[in-house]
Amino acid sequence: MDKVLQVRELSVVYGKGCASCYKKTGPDFNSNICPDCGSVVAAHDVSFDLYRGEILGIMGESGSGKSTAVKCLFFDEEPTNGKALFYDEDQQYNLFRLNKAQQRRLRNHRFGMVYQNPNLGLNFDISAGGNIAERLLMSNVSNYSDIRGRAVSLLSRTEVLSERMDEMPKNFSGGMQQRVQIAKALATNPPLLFLDEVTTGLDLSVQAAILDLILEIQQQSQTSMIVVTHDLGVIRLLADRTLVMKYGRVIETGLTDQILEDPQHAYTQRLVASAL
Amino acid sequence: MTTNKSFGFMDEYAKKEIRRSSLKAVAIPGYQVPYSSREMPMGRGFGTGGLQLTLSLIGEGETLKVIDQGADDSVNAVNLRSFIEMTCPGIHTTTSTTEAGVIQSRHRIPERPLREDQLIVLQVPYPDALVVVEASEDKRKILHGEADYSRLLVKLYEDIVKFDEITISHRYPTRIHGHYVIDPSPIPRWDVPKMHQSAALILLGAGREKKIYAVPPYTDAEPLAFEDVPFRVEDFTDENGQRRPCARCGCTTSFLDEYIDSSTGDYVYRCSDADWCNEQLMDESLLEVSNG
Amino acid sequence: MNAPILRVEGFEKHFQLHEQDKLIPSSKDVNLEVYSGKLTALIGPTGAGKSTILKGIYRTYLPTAGRLLFTAEDGSEIDLASADEHQILDLRLKEIAFVTQFLHFLPRQSTLNVVAQPLIQRGRSIEDAKDEARELLAAMKLPMRLWEISPATFSGGEKQRVNLARGLIAKPRLLLLDEPTASLDTKTTERVISLIESLKYEGVAMLAIFHQPELVDRLADDVVEIQPPENSNLILEEIA
Repeated sequence: MDKVLQVRELSVVYGKGCASCYKKTGPDFNSNICPDCGSVVAAHDVSFDLYRGEILGIMGESGSGKSTAVKCLFFDEEPTNGKALFYDEDQQYNLFRLNKAQQRRLRNHRFGMVYQNPNLGLNFDISAGGNIAERLLMSNVSNYSDIRGRAVSLLSRTEVLSERMDEMPKNFSGGMQQRVQIAKALATNPPLLFLDEVTTGLDLSVQAAILDLILEIQQQSQTSMIVVTHDLGVIRLLADRTLVMKYGRVIETGLTDQILEDPQHAYTQRLVASAL
Repeated sequence: MTTNKSFGFMDEYAKKEIRRSSLKAVAIPGYQVPYSSREMPMGRGFGTGGLQLTLSLIGEGETLKVIDQGADDSVNAVNLRSFIEMTCPGIHTTTSTTEAGVIQSRHRIPERPLREDQLIVLQVPYPDALVVVEASEDKRKILHGEADYSRLLVKLYEDIVKFDEITISHRYPTRIHGHYVIDPSPIPRWDVPKMHQSAALILLGAGREKKIYAVPPYTDAEPLAFEDVPFRVEDFTDENGQRRPCARCGCTTSFLDEYIDSSTGDYVYRCSDADWCNEQLMDESLLEVSNG
Repeated sequence: MNAPILRVEGFEKHFQLHEQDKLIPSSKDVNLEVYSGKLTALIGPTGAGKSTILKGIYRTYLPTAGRLLFTAEDGSEIDLASADEHQILDLRLKEIAFVTQFLHFLPRQSTLNVVAQPLIQRGRSIEDAKDEARELLAAMKLPMRLWEISPATFSGGEKQRVNLARGLIAKPRLLLLDEPTASLDTKTTERVISLIESLKYEGVAMLAIFHQPELVDRLADDVVEIQPPENSNLILEEIA
């Protein structure tokens, strides 16, 4: 059982911040906004571990800060505080202390990210196959047929017809765009994959197919994943362990089946009871 | 008309800065060195970058050749040559590639391989190969720094998908010394291999964009391509599979310009490099004389 | 070895419902032992908290008090009540299985895949795992025509057989069974009984709740009677 990620006391505050920010925000105050300085405490004191082959779910409603940790880990945003260690091939990386070039290297080669909005994860100016090629070309693959072959196999793994690989993403349905995103994220065989609300907004049948796909991938390649969602169904299907967040704080963590059947915190109980 | 003008039109400070930038460019092959591009008495887009390099580097007693798409006698080439002659008293000018010490060129590298004691200055409109895929200069700098040309390579990939080959003709992105990819200026593909392990120093100046970069002598210059879709130069074969010769000198190994003959309406093909064409003719006539 | 593979000491579980401001007791003062190759049956009235004990061991419920001492394959003793989540996940993967009445599965997975999964997770090749899955499903007399489709549309009895097959296939060291034959006909129940007996023979330790007393008679090596916790006038209906 190898640890892949260790996050401690991650905090993200938007705005100038002040001494009361952490003390006067959170679930007890029903707010993320500091009453004294107006800064937004998107997340505070978030800590968790992720082991190899595990899927960690981060669940919460709007404003819970569930996406915040993942955005920091993927270097889309910078944390105000906290430490994150990434363990990869006998190396340990202190993520928030790396320079930008090192961060980019990890982001391009060792991490994968699938966004809720395909515009963030895909380049709409190039074809679906081109999107995947772009990722492969970052790692010095120099043979056109190899690139093409790999793009075909990744797309077929995510069930995108290879006949469509040369089309532009704007011609695809939402579900198909997500599949291309997933294929692109997997192109470099990353040990760590982030999925941010990837099925939100998709039709139910499409959601089911994509969740299925994600689990299959995880079982085949033992990729460690962090799945951010507000949907209990997604958590139940995918996550081994779950973090429940509210107003930027972690309310409860545990094994997913325990969180769903024996929630301890009042908020979690309410959340679970309200699931349709 | 004489006033207190310095040699080479520009003041010594300007020339010194350009020389320093050139040294830096040579020291970091392919890296675009920002420099202080002075206003010249001609519009931007007419070769001011190349001109500034030539003026800073040429000295008394040296020999200058100026060509524009291979021609010594085009309007721009003539203007530039006259200007340089006027502002650098004591230099010689020539149309002969062999005799030249400094060659300033727009959009072509001469057919005759250059020597170690020669310098070629290319005029560049757009120095940055990445400008087609990234609009922000800040981001481009980072991409260059990390040698991340994936987005450029994807463009090549998309070309092959659509057309079965890479369709870039001029300004073919070329990797220098294994790191920086440059835009070699609008020279045809034909000329790109000349940059590889060239005996002469190649300097490239973009006046409007204010960048100087270099391919130092004996440095690798590799056009971007795929292992299995290699780089290829222009093809001058006709419908019958025959390599077209130059209509003027008969050469079958030079880069040809295509004209339409105004009287017949036919396509005519002639060497783009005027001096080379003249040399071929000279050789032939010598041959005739000796066979006489 | 006569040391128990699982020793439950003073297990207690109550539920704190914050919204309703209620404290619901479910289990109290439970002590029992489970041995390799033997089946311990839990008996007692509905609402006594039998399922709670199984769920507490599996960690679906967080025990309120007590120790659940499990002897792992490497000989170490782990208190499941306080073990790290990762340890529990690892144990669930390798050593402890739980067959409940409810089947959670992916919407599109075929029955064969569902049953083969635990073996694949333990590192067996997909083909081997599927072969064993076929054998087990055949032993459960689940019609072959159902093997390649998803269990979503199966009857209760069919789902239960899939559930059992999935729980039994990887031969865990400790198997928890919550009314495994509840929706099955007599014939199939017989088959399950012989499967359980063969598991015993292979050294699997089992803790089970049976809804039919005859099954207790036939299969249990030990019987533990569970009383409802004191002061529980409420019949806690278990909603999974």
